[in-house]
Amino acid sequence: MADFTMPSLGSDMDEGTLVEWLVSPGDTVTKGDVVAVVETAKSTIEVECFDSGTVSALLVTPGTTVPVGTRMAVIGPAVEPRATAGAKQPAAPATGLRAAPGRTVVPGGDAVSTPLVRHLAERKGVDLSSVHGSGKGGRITRSDVEHAPVEGPHRVKASPLARRLAQEAGVDLSTLRGTGRDGTIRADDVRATTEGHPARTGERHEPVRPSPATPEPLHPARSAIAALMARANREIPHYYLSTKVDLAVAMSWMRDRNASVPVAERLVPAALLLKSVALAARQVPELNGYWREEAFFPASAVRLGVAVSLRGGGLVAPALTDADTMPLPELMATLKDLVSRARGGRLRASETADPTLTVTNLGDQGVEAVFGVIYPPQVALVGLGRVIEQPVAVDGMLTVHPTVTATLSADHRASDGATGARFLTAIDRLLQRPEEL
Amino acid sequence: MNTRNPSAVTPRPTTYREALREGLREALQQDERVFLMGEDVGRYGGCFGVSLGLLEEFGPDRIRDTPLSESGFVGAGIGAAIGGMRPVVEIMTVNFSLLALDQILNNAATLLHMSGGQLSVPVVIRMTTGAGRQLGAQHSHSLEGWYAHIPGIRVLAPATVDDARHMLAAALADPDPVLIFEHGGLYNTEGSLDGTVEAVDLDTAAVRRSGTDVSVITYGGSLPKAMAAAETLAGEGISAEVVDLRSLRPLDDATVMASVGRTHRAVIVDEAWRSGSLAAEISSRITEQAFYELDAPVQRVCSAEVPIPYARQLEEAALPQPATIVDAVRRTVS
Repeated sequence: MADFTMPSLGSDMDEGTLVEWLVSPGDTVTKGDVVAVVETAKSTIEVECFDSGTVSALLVTPGTTVPVGTRMAVIGPAVEPRATAGAKQPAAPATGLRAAPGRTVVPGGDAVSTPLVRHLAERKGVDLSSVHGSGKGGRITRSDVEHAPVEGPHRVKASPLARRLAQEAGVDLSTLRGTGRDGTIRADDVRATTEGHPARTGERHEPVRPSPATPEPLHPARSAIAALMARANREIPHYYLSTKVDLAVAMSWMRDRNASVPVAERLVPAALLLKSVALAARQVPELNGYWREEAFFPASAVRLGVAVSLRGGGLVAPALTDADTMPLPELMATLKDLVSRARGGRLRASETADPTLTVTNLGDQGVEAVFGVIYPPQVALVGLGRVIEQPVAVDGMLTVHPTVTATLSADHRASDGATGARFLTAIDRLLQRPEEL
Repeated sequence: MNTRNPSAVTPRPTTYREALREGLREALQQDERVFLMGEDVGRYGGCFGVSLGLLEEFGPDRIRDTPLSESGFVGAGIGAAIGGMRPVVEIMTVNFSLLALDQILNNAATLLHMSGGQLSVPVVIRMTTGAGRQLGAQHSHSLEGWYAHIPGIRVLAPATVDDARHMLAAALADPDPVLIFEHGGLYNTEGSLDGTVEAVDLDTAAVRRSGTDVSVITYGGSLPKAMAAAETLAGEGISAEVVDLRSLRPLDDATVMASVGRTHRAVIVDEAWRSGSLAAEISSRITEQAFYELDAPVQRVCSAEVPIPYARQLEEAALPQPATIVDAVRRTVS
């Protein structure tokens, strides 16, 4: 038996709303199949499952919001459709599910355990069928139960009035900090987000109407971004570097290449720029990873987050996995697909897994340079401006070349300016040899 | 609400006891059918001095001393009411009214229903309730909430001199049984009688003090404590609204909910024991009717669940006090 749980689709996500199931009980699924659509504060995402087998139960109804890690479905061994209800399932798993070493697949979820363990599980509220038995023959031990995640529905604590006001103003309660007893969110906490200051007025039966004095209530996505960016600026000591990169070589190589391939395979400057950023991240690993609990954890691969602005306002940063090893045409195709699905609100879970480094490219907005705010818990953010024709000095002569301003916002706790400088220089160097990208 | 006479009469100071007596005197003067009976209401002038002087003024036919037999004289009052009189029956304290509970519940409250609407019971029963005067457990309990549980009767709790003065007339005008609970701690309280008030209605609660941060909902003997607490809180910048229920059955939900709708927080002060108290009923109604107005859990300040002690310090500790009301409000608004 395997559990399909609410995945974490970002470090700032602690709950998600199930929009729809794309499978039904009895369906056979293969690892990687999209089985559900989940809505987070930021966007709607298609979630794949990580196991193969038969969907034996859907535990969450669409429309329900559950915390990350909640069991949403049980995926059992792949079985032939049972002829009669109650017929014994084959103890040996059929095709599609191989029991991992040391793990026994117990048919029907009848976990082997002792009464002591069963009582403990009952007391703790642990569902034994979801516990992996580490004992002899897959037996569930006392310590398995003690380490099992307890499924209590995690609820945001908020007063009834606060809930009502939040609903009226479109504020996501999970983004607020409560000032009441035990962190309970009170009406004033909601008003503080909708008005920018806590109000202590007694009378307010009307939903807050926007007027010059009262700004529009925040969209949930906006308030999620607000909370995250405020945290980033509060906690991360940023340093900023900027360099101009001459793209004459890269652009002429790209033009030549595009002339010889079908339209569908043509590249845009963004593909070259992203690839060079990913390769530079591999060369300067101090900027590729996470800052957690006062320490830097370098990432083993490069998952490049690409900041995509959404039409309705807001941002989402899906990840290009293994951007450093992906061939350019593939990167180009993936990028196009990713941006269009991000804007359509149909991202997949694996694509929103935490990027190790994020790029924001505002070139299409016509700006020369962008200095961004780091997306926690990452330690750097690369900003790319517009590719513009600029006068440059080459071999003592003045000439006009396409250039781009590449910037770096980096976490000074994890690295220093010299490291950041090496990284930007690496981008420049890589872009001078486009054929090797 | 209050009907006001445009020709302003200056307010004059009086006590709660004198206001009750004036109400009785007026009722006796205005309606031949009204008479008062109870233990020691005549020669002694009333256990708490409410009817002092009325025997001399109206004579023994209309101010009647009774034996110590609550079931007997309350039953007689019910019979007199059915027979066309307008009796006012005084019971010494609510503790002793239990001896007449059978008469009140099984006769007074049910006869209109059981006679198919043929028999009204226009009896008024007055009694003292509450603690705080070192009278010991058998004279100090607050059981008006029990009576407020009974359909078919009206339960009143005057807390101000104006209500003490005018509620009796309205109660006598009611064709059904009315119980009036007079808190023993209020008899000596002084207030100024509003000369412009000529009558009060029995259906509405009163906001005795306006506020924005919390509704303190109370009645009877706890009202002065709630007002004192509100004064203390005002010094801390906490604006408490004080609602006086006045009528315990029927309860005026509208006034309570409107207040909670303004303040979003509620503290209920009730001298009865907490479990199954009238405070619990009000708390339930607030969560039923004003749940989405609440910004904090409803708090209750009630008496300790013990027989009310005789010793002064113990008695004070057992009852709601301004300080405990202030604490409850602080917990609610913090």
